[in-house]
Amino acid sequence: MLALKVEKVKKIFPSLNSKGQEVLALDDVSLEVNKNEFYSILGHSGCGKTTLLNLIAGFEVPTSGRIECAGKLVNGPGADRSMVFQDYALFPWLTVYDNIAFGLKIKGMGSSQIEEIVTRFAALVGLSQFTGHYPHQLSGGMRQRVSIARALVVDPTVLLMDEPFAALDAQNRAMMQAEMIRILNEESKTVVLVTHSIEEAINLSDVIVVMTRRPGKVKEIIRVPEPRRMVEDTPAYLEIRRQIRDLISGEHDVSEAV
Amino acid sequence: MNYLRSMFQIRRLVLLAILLASWELASRYILDKTQATLLPPPTGVLSGAMELSSSGELWKHVLDSLRREFIAFCYASVAIPLGIMMGCFKWLNEQVDPIIEILRPIPPIAWIPLSILWFGVGNTQNQFIIFLGIFFPILLNTIDAVKNVEPSLIRAARCLGAGDWNVITRVILRAALPQITTGIRIGLGVGWMALVAAELVGANSGLGFLINDARTVLRTDFILTGMLAIGLIGLCIDRIIRYSAKTLMPWARSLNS
Repeated sequence: MLALKVEKVKKIFPSLNSKGQEVLALDDVSLEVNKNEFYSILGHSGCGKTTLLNLIAGFEVPTSGRIECAGKLVNGPGADRSMVFQDYALFPWLTVYDNIAFGLKIKGMGSSQIEEIVTRFAALVGLSQFTGHYPHQLSGGMRQRVSIARALVVDPTVLLMDEPFAALDAQNRAMMQAEMIRILNEESKTVVLVTHSIEEAINLSDVIVVMTRRPGKVKEIIRVPEPRRMVEDTPAYLEIRRQIRDLISGEHDVSEAV
Repeated sequence: MNYLRSMFQIRRLVLLAILLASWELASRYILDKTQATLLPPPTGVLSGAMELSSSGELWKHVLDSLRREFIAFCYASVAIPLGIMMGCFKWLNEQVDPIIEILRPIPPIAWIPLSILWFGVGNTQNQFIIFLGIFFPILLNTIDAVKNVEPSLIRAARCLGAGDWNVITRVILRAALPQITTGIRIGLGVGWMALVAAELVGANSGLGFLINDARTVLRTDFILTGMLAIGLIGLCIDRIIRYSAKTLMPWARSLNS
């Protein structure tokens, strides 16, 4: 079952000044994402991986090509593709409860039903005790849990994550990755994650999509042998890490040479 | 701790006390009688204030001034929806912005002669002048606030299924509220200053009228009382808005930092 289909997508950004050239951010990107699988898009900063995610979310429109979500053409943002942002993007004027409930209120759901769902997801991300808090009263890791719960309650076809753990310190990051695995075990979801961390991609993914430097293209699609059960420092782990590292470092000087 | 803090508060008033004391002494013992009429001592002002307030006259003028300020503020709050629309829709901003840029630098006081011809002396004219003082700070702050709304908040709302109306009411208006409140604070301050100016020349009541009327009968103690009342009420309005913003939007400080 395909949850998401990206077909020959190209994205050109117009130049910012009159003299400058247009920027070809993505070229001929095709991707098929299976239902209930976790995809990581991995690449150097500036390779267009976030652009790809924004196109899938519908924040941007592809110059050519098409994107389908559950067979429906993407032509704008929608709750079937909710996103977890790097800077959390929580509504500071809403409590944790109301932040999580946001998408449900937009849907026009009744308050008793909202309460039931919010309570369940607050518990799922381990924030049952904090539903009355405001975002500024929470740590970075807790804020990101709210953001994940908020994106999950609307039951998206695909959950999009834009470097969600990049702003956290190393310990919190490792903990949140473990949390993510636990959450996905309880609540199976199709996920597309953008990251520049090879380890994060290996730890979380079924499939890793390695991208080239600008213009961003799909360089290699790698299936992780034992998704979410890879043990660090085992030969299999080291092997896949070396393989990805080689693919990425091979991208070092291409753009400069061109 | 509380004791120490109140001690500290008192220490802050030392200079003020010295100045008041020297004013009292100067006005009583150094100035001659004519000069002392022009600058009555603080105790004289105090007894003038007692006289004005016990007769109820002071409160009548205060109420009239406050009522004008409040009514003008109600009209001027149109600036909030207008500012949000201007911040959201570029075409509207392009049309309205030039008009505002021309009108804004004209001080409210400069409208007094024309407004007296239009509305005559009285409430409408005063409210019009105050309105001009309040309107622009609110409008400009609202536009600016809308432009400064974190784009990722709007994106977050959109990918949770929010359409334009929900984005405006649930995200933009809420995110802009702290700065809109700042606009209201500044606006009411400017409006209060404009009010006094408008009442000086175009009113039969109000604090501005009170101090100008006292001038004609050389009651400098009344003038100073009126001036003090203007200052204290302006301060109170500012503090009340600040305090209510703090209690109603506890999250706002984290947003601004």
